[in-house]
Amino acid sequence: MNKDIYRKPLFKANPITVLVLGVCSSLAVTVQLKGAIVMALSVTLVTGFSSMIISMLRNTIPNRIRIIVQLVIVAMFVILIDQFLKAYAYDVSKQLSVYIGLIITNCIIMGRIEAFALGNKPVPSLVDGLANGFGYGMVLVLLAFIRELFGSGTLFGYQIIPQSWYVANGGFYENNGLMILPPMALILVGCIIWIQRSAQKDLQEQ
Amino acid sequence: MNTNSNTYTIIYSTILVVVVAGVLALVSSLLKPRQQDNIALEKMQTILRAANLGADANEQADKTAYIKDLYQQHITNSYILNYKGEVIDGEAFNVDLKAQANIIKKIDAAKDEASAEALKASLKLPVFVCTTDNQTLNIFPCYGAGLWGAIWGYISVEDDFATIHGAIFDHESETPGLGAEIAHEKFYGKFAGKRLEKDGAFKSIAIVKGGGQADNVNGVDAISGATITCKALETTIDSWFKEYLPYFNIKKEAVDAGNSPCGDGCCTDSTCTDGTCAGHDADSLNIESTNK
Repeated sequence: MNKDIYRKPLFKANPITVLVLGVCSSLAVTVQLKGAIVMALSVTLVTGFSSMIISMLRNTIPNRIRIIVQLVIVAMFVILIDQFLKAYAYDVSKQLSVYIGLIITNCIIMGRIEAFALGNKPVPSLVDGLANGFGYGMVLVLLAFIRELFGSGTLFGYQIIPQSWYVANGGFYENNGLMILPPMALILVGCIIWIQRSAQKDLQEQ
Repeated sequence: MNTNSNTYTIIYSTILVVVVAGVLALVSSLLKPRQQDNIALEKMQTILRAANLGADANEQADKTAYIKDLYQQHITNSYILNYKGEVIDGEAFNVDLKAQANIIKKIDAAKDEASAEALKASLKLPVFVCTTDNQTLNIFPCYGAGLWGAIWGYISVEDDFATIHGAIFDHESETPGLGAEIAHEKFYGKFAGKRLEKDGAFKSIAIVKGGGQADNVNGVDAISGATITCKALETTIDSWFKEYLPYFNIKKEAVDAGNSPCGDGCCTDSTCTDGTCAGHDADSLNIESTNK
């Protein structure tokens, strides 16, 4: 198997920073690390398995209803994940609320099915889907780390910034309220893209 | 095989949809009991938190058992009231608050008395009775519309039917950092000790800027930047308590008639006015007794 299948989506063709797919959800669910990690895992599983199933069916799917068939398969996996979270991780499911259901609208999934799974064998498609989900997840976790640490002073809900630093307790520190709001996530995504483009010169347009 | 023919397309999509629907139905029915347990557990925890109990539930190794145990121990009774404040049949825990909130909204918007009365008859108002070591609390729910989605909460009232013991609120999708702050203890903690009474008459809690001064027992501080959420919460609390008012009056009458705080020996007859003590706290009590 070509190593590029799982290496490229991580950095060189990262879904968020290079392909600019799935940005909406990366703004919405990165307030806290826990939610971001569950979201990253969910998207990874959905992209991986829906790519695999579509790849298995690729020679039988009628071309005219191709997109609808893809949607049905993706929706099935999204609902399964949603149901399992509601049963086994209720707190997280409540925190992510509608965003789990909205995984179906994540462009990465349909993008990878159209671009890769329809023309490749099931196993490479699975790996491609998982790697893309992982590349997406990495950016999500990085964003959530920065946003939770500076926005709430916590990581995974545990206080990291000492209580005595806060102005309320006679210190000098105050949480950055902007970090909790989606606009700041967009600015952070912009910064990550900027850093990556400065390092990877071949991404820059002439 | 021609995968582009109409017959093939129709058969293919039918089979696909049936298979997917079967898988989903199976999984959903397998997981349903667990999901409902989770929802019920969360509700139990919220009710307990309104009475300032179970704050440490998240640190327990077995959270489920801890909350169930605490609920069994403290929530000693629960019943459904009708709009007259009379107990009717039913399980209070299973009352759909959203449906009741819709009825209350319709009652407030009703054009004439007759249609309001008809709507009121269908109202089911749950009450949870919580017994702690030294007091009995009545816990009342509220549910209404916030800025972006629903907001709801539970308020526990002490047995004088005027003093708030504790409160908890939650929301569906209020703005993080602004309206969403109503779900944080920093906000709902301020409700403890406030009173639902002014000059002997019922008065709901006002959530206004500068409402949190110590001498203002009828108000709490609003959250800056979340005016609409705060206003919505204020209206929600007010409209629900208005429906509970007949029950409050029945209970207060009972308090006045015999088991009043005056009768408990917490104050002397001379300081007892309208069924409540003039200076109803420990300090004034001590002064009274030493003076004698």
